[in-house]
Amino acid sequence: MPIAKVNGVETEFEPGMTVLQVAERAGAEIPRFCYHERLSIAGNCRMCLVEVKPGPPKPQASCALPAAEGQEIFTDTAMVKKAREGVMEFLLINHPLDCPICDQGGECDLQDQAMGYGRDGSRYAENKRAVEEKNMGPTVKTFMTRCIQCTRCVRFVTEVAGVPDIGMISRGEDAEITTYLEKAVDSELSGNVNDLCPVGALTHRPWQFHYRPWELKRTETIDVMDALGSNISAQAKGAEVMRILPRVNEGINEEWLSDKSRYIVDGLQKRRLDRPYVRDNGRLRAASWDEALGVVAARLTQSQPDRIGVIAGDLQDAESMKATLDLFRALGSANTDCRQDGSALGVGPREGWLFNSGIAGIEQADVILLVGVNPRTEAPLLNARLRKAWLSGKTEILVIGEQADLTYEYSYLGAGSKTLSKLPKPAADLLAKAERPAIIVGGGAISGEAGPSVLNALGALAKKVGVIAEGWNGFNVLHTAASRVAGLDMGFVPADGGLSAVQMVQTGALDVLFLLGADEIDASASDAFKVYLGSHGDNGAHGADVILPGAAYTEKAGLYVNTEGRVQMAERVVFPKGEAKDDWAIVRALSERVGRTLPYDSLDQLRTRLMADHPTFGRIDYLAPAQAFDVASLGKKGDLGDTGFVSAVPDPYLNNPIARASATMAELSALRIAPVAMAAE
Amino acid sequence: MSVRRLAKIQPDSFAFSKETRAKCDWWIAKYPADRRQSAVIPILWLVQKQEGWCPEPALRAIAELLGMPYIRVLEVVTFYTMFMLEPVGSAALIQVCGTTPCMLRGSGDLMKVCKSKIGPKDTLSADGRFTWQEVECLGACVNAPMAQINDYYFEDLTAETMGQIIDDFAAGKRPEPGSYAGRHTSEPMGGALTLTDAALYDGSAAKPIKTLPNSEPAKVPA
Repeated sequence: MPIAKVNGVETEFEPGMTVLQVAERAGAEIPRFCYHERLSIAGNCRMCLVEVKPGPPKPQASCALPAAEGQEIFTDTAMVKKAREGVMEFLLINHPLDCPICDQGGECDLQDQAMGYGRDGSRYAENKRAVEEKNMGPTVKTFMTRCIQCTRCVRFVTEVAGVPDIGMISRGEDAEITTYLEKAVDSELSGNVNDLCPVGALTHRPWQFHYRPWELKRTETIDVMDALGSNISAQAKGAEVMRILPRVNEGINEEWLSDKSRYIVDGLQKRRLDRPYVRDNGRLRAASWDEALGVVAARLTQSQPDRIGVIAGDLQDAESMKATLDLFRALGSANTDCRQDGSALGVGPREGWLFNSGIAGIEQADVILLVGVNPRTEAPLLNARLRKAWLSGKTEILVIGEQADLTYEYSYLGAGSKTLSKLPKPAADLLAKAERPAIIVGGGAISGEAGPSVLNALGALAKKVGVIAEGWNGFNVLHTAASRVAGLDMGFVPADGGLSAVQMVQTGALDVLFLLGADEIDASASDAFKVYLGSHGDNGAHGADVILPGAAYTEKAGLYVNTEGRVQMAERVVFPKGEAKDDWAIVRALSERVGRTLPYDSLDQLRTRLMADHPTFGRIDYLAPAQAFDVASLGKKGDLGDTGFVSAVPDPYLNNPIARASATMAELSALRIAPVAMAAE
Repeated sequence: MSVRRLAKIQPDSFAFSKETRAKCDWWIAKYPADRRQSAVIPILWLVQKQEGWCPEPALRAIAELLGMPYIRVLEVVTFYTMFMLEPVGSAALIQVCGTTPCMLRGSGDLMKVCKSKIGPKDTLSADGRFTWQEVECLGACVNAPMAQINDYYFEDLTAETMGQIIDDFAAGKRPEPGSYAGRHTSEPMGGALTLTDAALYDGSAAKPIKTLPNSEPAKVPA
């Protein structure tokens, strides 16, 4: 490897690295505004000036200068300091000094770097330039006077999000960042531009003026809005989660976060269940825990074991599902299911319901077949990965299902099962020739009656084209629910002779139906006595006879298994609302009342038990390497019929109880349905 | 220069005329198919030629023609000041050069005439037939002061000739472009002083070329 000297210290670097990267590697910190590791290089802020020998006797922008063998780089000479002070002075000519009322204050790159390179006074007496605010949609609040034209936002939406809506118009002193005719940014990753903005020009609209960053208590936890399990830092002031920011996890979300995961926070405050309720004469009335648990226990013990059942919801932690599963098995019930969508997964080897290539690993695939899945709505960050793979030029993408705008080009094969049963020849050849082919199947293809046969056909196709090979497993299931893989891993499916979720909600199927945070299944036809344990007054609670208030995902510690099969530990950020309790503790209390006390008194004991019963849960943050399995054995051979595959998530902003309680999500959803007219106004 | 914005009042639609479209295709054909957005500036010129200015629906039409995002066309059209974002005079768009040489030679007087005959700068006249602007150097300093009117340079102007030209345009005439001081292009006043020998131009001074300059390898000194 070539070697350069940074401030006199010899540093090895890889060919192609820039001077800035080499300096960073040597531990020299370089201030910057426009440069960002994951975006293309713009070189327009000039803050990263360094002195380089050999070279012209003037400071050079290190972010755009390729490093060379034998180069001498100086980052802390008097010349460098003076040059950076000059740049800073120019930046501050037009930047307003409104830090006390700026949302970015306290975590602002310009503020921080002005501490290092700012002069103590201004030599500029003229008026500062003023720029009109721009409308960029419900997630982005603009104060364009503060903009320093780094163009990070432009590059992000163009390169990563694949929605080239933002641009820089005019030039020189009049340059402005805007969208075309101030249309909202049509991206599900738009919130990231607020993170990227080094100043307070783009800030988070849903949280504007809600907090100062230094007031917040930060907790590192896991997102549950999709099945990727993005790593987040949930930040709370008092008893309220104020904001959610991404944490870096190269394997999952890199450093991005989808708008849904980010701006869900107001949903955590609204329509909350904060005390138990019992239905009396058709009306729900507030009750004590003692009374509510007593009613449920009486019903459970009075009913026949085969007349009680439980459905687990999409946002449940593994512990509460384990406790509930243990309780119902102890009661002798076989009616347990975590698949509200009625999917065919859950039998056979574990690899049959995992995203086996891994979220990062999918970039290695050379041909990807999407079946009944719209990754842009179901898992926006996976879609960003697919776009990245497509941009590299080494990956071809084929689609069976809906013809949606996925932000990259793909070959459209057909609408549904008919195409799958007889793949067009060019596509089949492409898959067969591929070195690392991958199939991504979504809930839209494998739920419903034809689910098992579609799954079987996919398995056969996977086997035929060699989706599973030495060191490569490209059979990928993209779940839409954060709880699903954990549920399937622990066997939260009907036992022998048990009813599935879809069967349980039929009229007359059960006497007692326990909904563990299950809001996405329509249980209105069921005439059973319904118990709802959950955090929000949503679909599940509306029809319930007893409501047991539980904790939302930011209010309990829990394990979640993402679609790759990676177990991650979420932490409690704030306490549950009012009288609400941790979900597992409610189930544990209930078990005592029905006389089947569960053998754990603390979360630790419950986890120990879970890990003992299902060892995969014991490997936190671990992604298993590609493992071969008999993919052709999945599902059941049968007639595929002729159905079109529709994405399992028609509207990502309204597909769980927290999202439905959020005003921001409602706004985003409205924008999806009726995009603002583009005509000149 | 001030902030450039799209006009408030915009037409409902835009369509390429047959000729414009044919010329667009000629430009597009110059670039590889996946790089056809390179033709954006020539096509903006063509649209401006067709409409007199660049209306917003045209920007979208161009973006769709070239397979590029709308915002990218907006970036280009707002960057270059030669693209008119508002309707301009149907008879004449007068661009008076205001840069130093022209200013020293009296461009201020030209602007005064424009102001009195047409109205305020950068504004369409009341009858919709004239617009005048002050622009930066147009590169004809030797003929200062000058103005570009529509596609042509009018040079060596005075307040009187400027007024006459505006009146001519108003009357529907097409005044001659070029110098108004009675000289040919930028020759000295009163005619050329050098290169006047007629033999330079009848071929008699020409000699056959024996070798092309620099066609031999350089001789390396021993």
